[in-house]
Amino acid sequence: MRIEIPELAVVAVVGVSSSGKSTFAQRHFKPTEILSSDFFRAMVSDDENNEKVTRQAFDTLYYVANKRLDLGLLTVIDATNIHKDARAAVLNLAKEQNVHAVAIVLNLPEATCVERHAQRSDRSFPAKVIHRQMEQLRHTLKTLKKEGFRYVHVLNSEDEIAHVEIHRTRLWNDKKDETGPFDIIGDVHGCYDELCSLLDTMGYAVDKENHQATPPSGRRAIFVGDLCDRGPKNTDVLRLVMSMVNSGAAYCVAGNHDAKLVRILRRGLTNMTHGIDITMAQLDAETSQFRTEVESFLDGLISHYVFDGGRLVVAHAGLIEKYHGRSSGRVRSFCLYGDTTGETDEYGLPVRLPWANDYRGSALVVYGHVPTPEIEMINNTVCIDTGCVFGGKLTGFRYPEKEVVQIEAAREYYTLIKPLHPPTTSGDLLNVDDVLGQRFLSTTLRKSIKINAENSAAALEVMSRFAADPRWLIYLPPTMSPCETSTLDDYLEDPSQAFEYYRKRGVTQVVCERKHMGSRAVIILCRDESVAQRRFRIADGTRGIIYTRTGRRFFEDDTETTLLTSLDDVLTRTGFWDEYSTDWVCLDAELMPWSAKAQGLLREQFAPVSRAGSVGLAAGVAAITSACAVLTDKLESACLDDTLARPNQEKKTLDLAALAERYQARAEALDHYAEAYRRYCWEVTSIEDYRIAPFHILATEGHVYSDRNHLWHMETIAKHMTGIDPIFMATDHLLVDLSDEKSTMTAIQWWQDLTASGGEGMVVKPLDFIGHGDSAPIQPAVKCRGREYLRIIYGPEYLLKENLPRLKKRSLSTKRRLALQEFALGMESLDRFVNGDPLHRVHECIFGVLALESEPVDPRL
Amino acid sequence: MLLTITYLGQNTTELGYLLFKNPARPQVVELSFGKAYVFYPEVSRERTTVALLLDVDPIGLSKRSGYDYVNDRPYVSSSLMSTALTKAFGTAMTGRGDFHQELADSRLNLSATVTMLPCRGNHQNLSAVFEPLGYEVEWESFTLDDQFHQWGQASYVNLTITGEVRLRDLLKHLYVLMPVFDAHKHYWVDSEEVDKLLRMGEGWLADHPMKQYITDRYLKRQRRLVNQAFEQLAAMSANDGDLIPTEAPEKPPRLNEVRLQAVLNQVKASGASTVIDLGCGEGNLLKLLVKDSQFTKITGVDVAHHALEKSSERLMLTDASESMQSRITLIQGSLTYRDARFSGYDTACVVEVIEHLDLGRLAAFERVLFEYARPRTIVVTTPNSEYNEIYGVESGHRHEDHRFEWTRAEFQEWAHTTAQRYGYTVAFLGVGDEDETCGTPTQMGVFTSDGNLEVTCA
Repeated sequence: MRIEIPELAVVAVVGVSSSGKSTFAQRHFKPTEILSSDFFRAMVSDDENNEKVTRQAFDTLYYVANKRLDLGLLTVIDATNIHKDARAAVLNLAKEQNVHAVAIVLNLPEATCVERHAQRSDRSFPAKVIHRQMEQLRHTLKTLKKEGFRYVHVLNSEDEIAHVEIHRTRLWNDKKDETGPFDIIGDVHGCYDELCSLLDTMGYAVDKENHQATPPSGRRAIFVGDLCDRGPKNTDVLRLVMSMVNSGAAYCVAGNHDAKLVRILRRGLTNMTHGIDITMAQLDAETSQFRTEVESFLDGLISHYVFDGGRLVVAHAGLIEKYHGRSSGRVRSFCLYGDTTGETDEYGLPVRLPWANDYRGSALVVYGHVPTPEIEMINNTVCIDTGCVFGGKLTGFRYPEKEVVQIEAAREYYTLIKPLHPPTTSGDLLNVDDVLGQRFLSTTLRKSIKINAENSAAALEVMSRFAADPRWLIYLPPTMSPCETSTLDDYLEDPSQAFEYYRKRGVTQVVCERKHMGSRAVIILCRDESVAQRRFRIADGTRGIIYTRTGRRFFEDDTETTLLTSLDDVLTRTGFWDEYSTDWVCLDAELMPWSAKAQGLLREQFAPVSRAGSVGLAAGVAAITSACAVLTDKLESACLDDTLARPNQEKKTLDLAALAERYQARAEALDHYAEAYRRYCWEVTSIEDYRIAPFHILATEGHVYSDRNHLWHMETIAKHMTGIDPIFMATDHLLVDLSDEKSTMTAIQWWQDLTASGGEGMVVKPLDFIGHGDSAPIQPAVKCRGREYLRIIYGPEYLLKENLPRLKKRSLSTKRRLALQEFALGMESLDRFVNGDPLHRVHECIFGVLALESEPVDPRL
Repeated sequence: MLLTITYLGQNTTELGYLLFKNPARPQVVELSFGKAYVFYPEVSRERTTVALLLDVDPIGLSKRSGYDYVNDRPYVSSSLMSTALTKAFGTAMTGRGDFHQELADSRLNLSATVTMLPCRGNHQNLSAVFEPLGYEVEWESFTLDDQFHQWGQASYVNLTITGEVRLRDLLKHLYVLMPVFDAHKHYWVDSEEVDKLLRMGEGWLADHPMKQYITDRYLKRQRRLVNQAFEQLAAMSANDGDLIPTEAPEKPPRLNEVRLQAVLNQVKASGASTVIDLGCGEGNLLKLLVKDSQFTKITGVDVAHHALEKSSERLMLTDASESMQSRITLIQGSLTYRDARFSGYDTACVVEVIEHLDLGRLAAFERVLFEYARPRTIVVTTPNSEYNEIYGVESGHRHEDHRFEWTRAEFQEWAHTTAQRYGYTVAFLGVGDEDETCGTPTQMGVFTSDGNLEVTCA
């Protein structure tokens, strides 16, 4: 015997004690699918026969059952399920979870069960209990279906039980195998002419007379429902859609008007409002056979479909994520009417909650039902009812292309009661649930990036208190690890380690880029304010932003505007906007002077240390030198009485000459240190004193340039951005062939020249923007900093022999993990923004970078 | 970095006896943070100078105390120098003189030079602190960087004090006062520090005119410790009337207290039983709310986790009874992120918070609170910028983190627009002493929902 159950369901195994429920369940279901009451009795009380803990055991069982069903997993309740109350709990679970309830009844003769019971040592109750249970079971058999079990299977003998095969079937709404491409059509409402034009425009072969339409090869149409009412040619529309669905050229989900039409056709409802009278008048003119066909067609419409491996959901009024692929009256109501509260508004129309605002699903939900002037994309949902029947447009939406095709209504066929409004959106208001707590972010470059709750908490503060408007923040740069620690005696970092890092990982070419000792700056520039408003939804009249690597605005005054205007001039002059057909650009750059942003650091840390060190050490050297002179002069002339000494007071004598030498060396280290930091400070008195060195063109409309290598970035920047206005400067760079010793030696010499007098150093990147090594992901860049420059990182005296060996013991692993994760998040946020994802999807990546940045890591790296 | 003490007189080499340090034997003193050296740059009958030179290990220091690697600590004379002082000259500080006890007990012509003394704030305080102790005070100050004059002066000075004092007193004065001028201390300040202060300050601190300044700064302004020190100093003081009470009774209540009371009054008047304090900080308002039985559910929200920890500590929540714990909740949240946890309260308080938001982010805040959280009553306070002139704040803001400060007209315009957009009515109150032209230092708006819950925003 073969029985079918839906692949997602709550299955209750029903039967008296010793009827073999557990054995049955174990044979047909995975151990983890079975929740047995005995097991949970034992779990909470150590005794699987303990009747006193029934309540606690079932509480726990249902807690687990809910978690499983939340995750969309079939769940078997292995309990006697003889009592009505027990089954009510199962049914309630199914209802809460919007899944079908299935009962499988093991209906064996009483004698068999009693016999088995006698053989069991683990059940202490008397056999008459079984007799009582049998009586209840006989009653139960009659009522199961009525109680609400969608499928009831009764197995009446040991033989039947032994030979049963259980098959799991897909739900009606499961069309995950259908991958499209699709053309999804909005609410038609009897607008046959517009529908035919739309199908024609979308490449369908339309035979308007005969109500036939054949899709272009491989494509399929999906109607979002509401085929009839209000419009002029309802029966024509029905004929066409029915023929398309029947021939497999289209799918159609049920709309609220379709459902109502079924009710009227069946029961002749009198309340003919909202244009259904028009349809009924047309149907009345048709044959009763046609009416029956229509009734059966509409009645058979599924309320939602899940297509393309779960990536596309179509429902008339939309669908929240937890209802995707579920089946219940409640799910159907949502599909037909949306998230209604039961209230009505001043027009007598039902109040609908804007469910799409809180939609966070990964499936694209395409729906209609709510007429809006333009199609509205919110959070991976799209409403394509553009009110054709009200004189708007009929919309076709191509999936997966996300292209929109529209046909203007020939006229207004029906007057709206309520003026067309764009839907109420939470728009750009972020929800704390999307960022707080422990999170796992999935990105193209790295499958799962874990963000710890405490780091999210830190990021929330940074984001709320200091960061710029989140709508501007479409990218944050990753942290950058230094190369491995140098093996050379006098160096902490040197280029050979950076080359070695990439060579070992199978990279053959790297690009070395000079570091300018600027501050990392992300620049977003729109061609004008309207672009900022349209593309970034920033409406404060600004046209761009320059922000730091933690998302803070660089300038509080109009310096930003001036710099952005200069950049626009340059980009316009070099034809950048046209060549890349974009009206905005996002750049990664260094902004100089460093002192412009690091005033606090300079005045509070670098300069004071230099001053204190130079004065203090000079005084020390002077004192030691005098003391040396005193000792040699006066001790020899016996001016000092050496007998003063008390042996127990002398701890350690001191070689003053050696000390003088050491303090002299320290004093010199301080001089070098001052040179190192001063080199990058210059006074900014006007805009001309700033320098900006772009090094990545991150994105323009429709494109993230992570697919171009670093030479392209350097060359394109040279072509379009530098050499015109002195503010925008080029970055010296060098292509290095890692297999060629001459090439690497040249690069090492280049670095030596750059850094000898305090230059910051260079960044080494794999030639490809997203480096492809042999196996594990590789660092997008490593830095190799100059020997003199490192004084301002590791302290003025880091090179002294008592210090350097200790400083060389450093670990890069945390820094490198963060760099990879942040790089993945940064690229992801750009991809998502360019792809038109909702703000919260872009923002979660930005927030993730900030959270990762709050992880403690050696700040000198 | 370097401390030198010079003895001028007849037989000044005796300084070696007094310090128990032989001028012929330069010495190393081992310290937890490095080393110090004791040696004599000048030795003559008329003039002998001892030097105490620090050799701080920067790497060890930063590993242990979390200092930055680029740090002035190795080069300045700070609390590290005080520690070295007790290590090197501990015996002399006790006043012990052994064979030269008489000399040790005498006032001598001594001068001390402290190289690179960090001196935050007004350098004149150097005189105010040292002169009452009988010193002539001189100091040399420096530019921060000779190549960047615009950066101004460095906060370090080379200080020289000269006076007729006992050596032990000079050492104790230096011990206590070097860290006073510095902003940092390399060790944790606890009540042991109070004892040290009192011991080292015995005989001179209790009646020092700057004792408040010295005690405050020595104890890193930890009020509890400062109070403890003051009580004991008062007991030692020669003139009892000179006591500085920790809290002057005639002092008018501070604006903050007035403001909180005004907010509390409004919250009570709103008839609320559930209240949410958005931006609760360290819990000043929560402390008032929790005492009042009108409130059955009190929630404090702050974006800063450490503020919530502090609040929890101040409300003693960890060990509070279950009934108290169920009344009060602290959550981390942001006013610019929609948050379901903000919903369901009768009244929300937003006390001195909005001015910390960038103006551009105010719209998000409005939606979070007025559109989504929708408490019946909302009490908002913010500074009245007109009053700044009375505070002498000429340009800029009262607090450096304020992103804006509004005049009464500006605040009221915002409040009216917001109220109208989201279905509230608003009434305004002034908080604090009223000035005829400038109004009150704080302004308050009390928003009341007009019951129309229909979201009316576009």
